[in-house]
Amino acid sequence: MNRAAVIAGVRAKARGLRWYLRQVSGEAKWDEYLARCRAEGRDPMTRREFERHRDAHREESARSSCC
Amino acid sequence: MSNVQSSPAQTPSPHRRRASPLSLIVWIGVAVLGAVCWSVLALSRDEEISALWVLFAALASYAIAYRFYARFIARRVLEVDADRATPAERLENGRDFDVTDRRVLFGHHFAAIAGAGPLVGPVLAAQMGYLPGTIWIIVGVIFAGAVQDMVVLFFSMRRDGKSLGQMVREEIGIVGGIAALIAVFAIMIIILAVLALVVVNALAESPWGVFSIGLTIPIALFMGFYLRVIRPGRVMEVTAIGVVLLLLAIIGGGYVEQWGLAEALTLSKEQLTLALVVYGFVASILPVWMLLTPRDYLSTFMKVGVIVLLGIGLVVASPMLQNDSVTSFALEGDGPVFAGKLFPFVFITIACGALSGFHALIASGTTPKMVAKETQVQMIGYGGMLMESFVAISALIAASVIDPGLYFAINSPAGATGGDPTSAAEFVANLGFTISAADLQGAADAVEESSLISRTGGAPTLAFGMSLVFTEAFGGGLAAFWYHFAIMFEALFILTAVDAGTRVGRFMLQDTIGNFWPRYGDLSWLPASWSASAVVVGLWGYMLYVGVTDPLGGINQLFPLFGISNQLLAAIALTLCVTLLIKHGKVKWAWVPGIGLVWDLVVTMTASWQKVFSDNPAIGYFSQRSRYRDAQDAGELLAPATDQGEMDQIIYNSTLNGTLQALFAVLVIVIVLNALYIWFKAVRAGGLPTTEVPKARSALVAPADFFATKEEKEAVARWEAEHRELASAARGAGRGGGPGESGGPGGQGAQR
Repeated sequence: MNRAAVIAGVRAKARGLRWYLRQVSGEAKWDEYLARCRAEGRDPMTRREFERHRDAHREESARSSCC
Repeated sequence: MSNVQSSPAQTPSPHRRRASPLSLIVWIGVAVLGAVCWSVLALSRDEEISALWVLFAALASYAIAYRFYARFIARRVLEVDADRATPAERLENGRDFDVTDRRVLFGHHFAAIAGAGPLVGPVLAAQMGYLPGTIWIIVGVIFAGAVQDMVVLFFSMRRDGKSLGQMVREEIGIVGGIAALIAVFAIMIIILAVLALVVVNALAESPWGVFSIGLTIPIALFMGFYLRVIRPGRVMEVTAIGVVLLLLAIIGGGYVEQWGLAEALTLSKEQLTLALVVYGFVASILPVWMLLTPRDYLSTFMKVGVIVLLGIGLVVASPMLQNDSVTSFALEGDGPVFAGKLFPFVFITIACGALSGFHALIASGTTPKMVAKETQVQMIGYGGMLMESFVAISALIAASVIDPGLYFAINSPAGATGGDPTSAAEFVANLGFTISAADLQGAADAVEESSLISRTGGAPTLAFGMSLVFTEAFGGGLAAFWYHFAIMFEALFILTAVDAGTRVGRFMLQDTIGNFWPRYGDLSWLPASWSASAVVVGLWGYMLYVGVTDPLGGINQLFPLFGISNQLLAAIALTLCVTLLIKHGKVKWAWVPGIGLVWDLVVTMTASWQKVFSDNPAIGYFSQRSRYRDAQDAGELLAPATDQGEMDQIIYNSTLNGTLQALFAVLVIVIVLNALYIWFKAVRAGGLPTTEVPKARSALVAPADFFATKEEKEAVARWEAEHRELASAARGAGRGGGPGESGGPGGQGAQR
């Protein structure tokens, strides 16, 4: 396998990992929101407002972890 | 997604194919590996064996169970339908109902089900040897635990994510429903109390531990502030900062003595109990962004990190098991860690990791509202539980690489060991193991604790075992760091479970009272939320106090109660699964959750019976009570009580524990009887209507398993291309299958 292919492979892996971490941590929600606003031609709120919104929702949905 | 209804789902249907020669060879290889490992475990009696035999016996068994049994359940029993829209697709609102990539949801679900349970239970069960625990964890998860999680997830998903309690009420009956509600609430209180007890026992008289754990509160507050005010939404960034601070807090703990803080941070169990109760109350009424959410990020990261580290450490170190395969305590039932014989007590001591009713609450709450495709329940429900089982196996190994003499000195109650090295060495010698007083003190010195004797609760044992494994695997003489790292890891997510659990309990209470007094159900009405929090904290705090001050040792009194109640919750969940299969006209498949249910009922009812009616005072709560009552009437003192006050306490505690035990068992019997009536009716009628939501066609395409097959990748690519024409490109790429499937922007790597 040549060098370029290895580097490309590592890059793809790193991209995949970053994608996964953004998804799991919920950071990707913001990207999705922006994309949705673009698609629907709406003006998005600021990130600060958006995250407050999510906090407010989290307030009412308890997520219990297990024993 | 409603604008794309015109394109029917094209997910490849999982029709039968002839197995390729390669896959045939791989699966034969896995089967042979498993068979060899199991044979080694079965045949070795007195010689030491490597821990890797246990590890690989587990992995090979999981692989086969997942590939064959779980797939059979998904396809033949549940008949998962790739063409049927999930609630996440139909009701998508970007919040609760949210189509989530299967690999992401697997992470969320695993983080929610795995906690301290699978770590503590196996450590205590190691008193019976490593073999009983190993067999139960592996066989139990394959035929009971993972089946329960997957089937409950499936049925809840077919009902728009209804909770376990709701389903019991609607599908079994109002009597069963009320019993389930009381059982769930009471069991949650017990679980919180026992988990908190584990933390108290791990931190008592340990200034290093108190320092590190105490600092997690300001660290979490800082993270919350950062996310709220400084840089909203940058979760990964703040988690990285938090983890660095956390490691500094652990390292800093080693210097508390030099800084002159040791005395101030040496807290008694009573002080820690008070601190935990206050913390639990405050945490449950503060806004979640301040403490709960950031703490959750930290503990999830630590949880996954440590589990990965432990897996690698075990393979690299390949330690020998010092524990016997089966100890005499398993057969005689006179072990000091907890009383009772192998049957039934090994099966209730190890709950999480083999079968855990608590998971049914998560599999019927958040997760079903996020599943993208019905076919994914095998991976998320069954696969998630296998992963937790692996954690339990690792914990069992970590406890079994410790010298048995040391193990019993750490895990026997103070009333038995006398609390100092000389008396503990004597006590251990009476059990038939040898360890010198100097070696006992040496072990404590190695991890820079003042003493390890009678540090019950499982956490110190596990931490010690992990520090042995890590020191051997990674070198560097960092035993004390690893020990406190492990303590921190356990305490951190127990505390997260305690504050999240208190909130859940508060919501349940407000919801229930809200049925009669609607205003009380308003989550933002402060008098209601404060009083409900106080009630929940008061209840578990009280049980915690009872455990902490118990002269007989809180863990060996309360842990059986915890284990049995968790398994009784599992009995409720499995009863629901059987009921639903019968109502759906699938009597012939009722044995699938039925195996787990029958076994679980036999175990829990035997254990409950023994805990209530046994005339052996070491096992039966009430005979314990009368033994101490008789002594008190005769004006005598019975060890370990040292005065009449302690005698009163023992009498009171055994009455309380026995009553709770009997109450749980009765509640479960009520539910099962109610279900039996429904089974009878349903079998006669050949099925009964259920609350299943009617089928709606799915417009989504997404793979079913961890690794997408070639056909699935092509189907996703086709669907995304089509979808892009209909909806906007940006929305299509971020949704459904995730970018990893089609080699779309940014995600090919996640595919491997």
